[in-house]
Amino acid sequence: MKQVIDLQQIRIKKDTHEPVLEGLPVLFGDFDKNALEEAVRIKEKHGGKVTVLSVGSSKLRETVLEALAIGADEAYVVIDIACEGSDTIASATTLAAAVRKIASYDLILVGEGSTDNYSSQIGSRLAELLGIPQVTYVRELTVDGETVTAVRDIENTLEVVKAGIPMLISVTSEINKPRRAALAQILRASRKPLTVWALKDLGIDPNTVGRAASNIQVVSNLAPEQERKKVIYDGDLDEATGKLVDALRKEGALP
Amino acid sequence: MTSGILVSSESEDAAHELLTKGRTLSKAFGMNISALMIGTRDEKSAKPYFDYGAQKVLSIPSIDLDTLDAEIYAQALFDVAKDGPDILLINSTRLGKETAGRVAQKLQAGCITDAINLTARGSDLIIDRYALGGNTVSSEIILTKKKVISVTPRSFEPQPSQVDGKVETMDFNPPTRRVTVIERRRKIGESVSIESAERLICVGQGIAKKEDLALINKFCEALQAELGCTRALSADYHWISEDRMVGISGKRCKPKLNVSIGISGQIQHTVGIMGSKLIVAINKDKEAPIFRIADYGIVGDLYQVIPKVTEKIRSLRT
Repeated sequence: MKQVIDLQQIRIKKDTHEPVLEGLPVLFGDFDKNALEEAVRIKEKHGGKVTVLSVGSSKLRETVLEALAIGADEAYVVIDIACEGSDTIASATTLAAAVRKIASYDLILVGEGSTDNYSSQIGSRLAELLGIPQVTYVRELTVDGETVTAVRDIENTLEVVKAGIPMLISVTSEINKPRRAALAQILRASRKPLTVWALKDLGIDPNTVGRAASNIQVVSNLAPEQERKKVIYDGDLDEATGKLVDALRKEGALP
Repeated sequence: MTSGILVSSESEDAAHELLTKGRTLSKAFGMNISALMIGTRDEKSAKPYFDYGAQKVLSIPSIDLDTLDAEIYAQALFDVAKDGPDILLINSTRLGKETAGRVAQKLQAGCITDAINLTARGSDLIIDRYALGGNTVSSEIILTKKKVISVTPRSFEPQPSQVDGKVETMDFNPPTRRVTVIERRRKIGESVSIESAERLICVGQGIAKKEDLALINKFCEALQAELGCTRALSADYHWISEDRMVGISGKRCKPKLNVSIGISGQIQHTVGIMGSKLIVAINKDKEAPIFRIADYGIVGDLYQVIPKVTEKIRSLRT
């Protein structure tokens, strides 16, 4: 699961078009919550254990409690200041090292993308690093012993596929409606096992991750300029609709 | 072949688009440009690629397009790129996008998915993509020698430029598929292509119930517009089929006119209409963010506004 800032709260500076990100709350991404919910549902039906894995900042200790409250049995979080600004290669390598250290797994469930960057690379890179197949954009999942049947959502087509464990699955928001944790569960969550690792615990050289080692250089990251006319009619609706239709006719936008 | 650009996509239309942009970049960087052709096809099927400027077409007849999956696709691209082209331009369909990450990992390459623009600046390739949930456009450079880029469909206008190129057939032994396809079915309600609509009307949660869409359908008829919607109306309420969902996880549209009805203007949706020439917003909340990206707007109850606008547009034509 990936910790992301609350995107609804981003403000854009009027003069420079820069986003203001400081001090914003962090939470798990929406699609990641679908992945967790599906994992918990599989456990409820077939037994097994749900482990949450995440790489992020020190705030992760709090964020991960929510996942434990929802139904995960244990959590491993990689918290290391050196990870800040990691690119997708470094993040996937870190996650793969953590998965190997956790050692046993049948399914890795991830969201179809993160809500902030939506690059969807981590799942693919992780599957490649672990040498396992990937089944992406899954909206229905059935587990039967060691075989998984999934309905994939691919543009205009639904594809039903079958594969054997272990594998990586990315889910879309259609797959389920994530539950909310009850207060009692939140209180109990802090008693569930939470292991915090630093990079050295995973045998990763801090110089190979983080912003300084990133293979992506950000030239600029600004709100797109929207030079819109912003002619807003507020008042008598007969007059407003008349003016609107007249304006659209002059723009040549009507059939 | 040393440094070069390789274009790859499952559809010919997308290849034309990528070749058009790729040509500009190949000139700027002094690189050659080639296209990958997957599946058993004769030499004649390479013509469309040459018509759009590919100097070479790499044909891999041993892959069946029908059984193509991310693992096989990534392996094929890796085999082509490891001693070949440095820049891979892949069509950002769901298959293309998931493959981009996988092949990039094989190549130890930096990767950017869903690019919306590519620009040569000196020796740098600047790649634009939406970031922070669509709040910003991030311009980025990939620092590894190998660069994997998946490009959002319909980002560029295809322009032909004929070249007399060569077809080269590649030996490729596809890995065994570990994921078996049991069935493929078309989604219900398919066949509309709202991305190419000239006029698009989008509705959101300001619509109180499904039956009220009748009002919107009349407006669509009068305006000769296609209907689109926010994620909630299709994924959550199932009132409108998913092929009409507009936004970051739906379609990205560039109509001449977009009319946004009962939509607050969350970035996850508006990212799909940013390319519209004109945006009209109708919302009862004066403070709704949608008005900040609108050319024209009416503050008012859509149930009163829409019938009036529909009637006025109709009367213009009689």
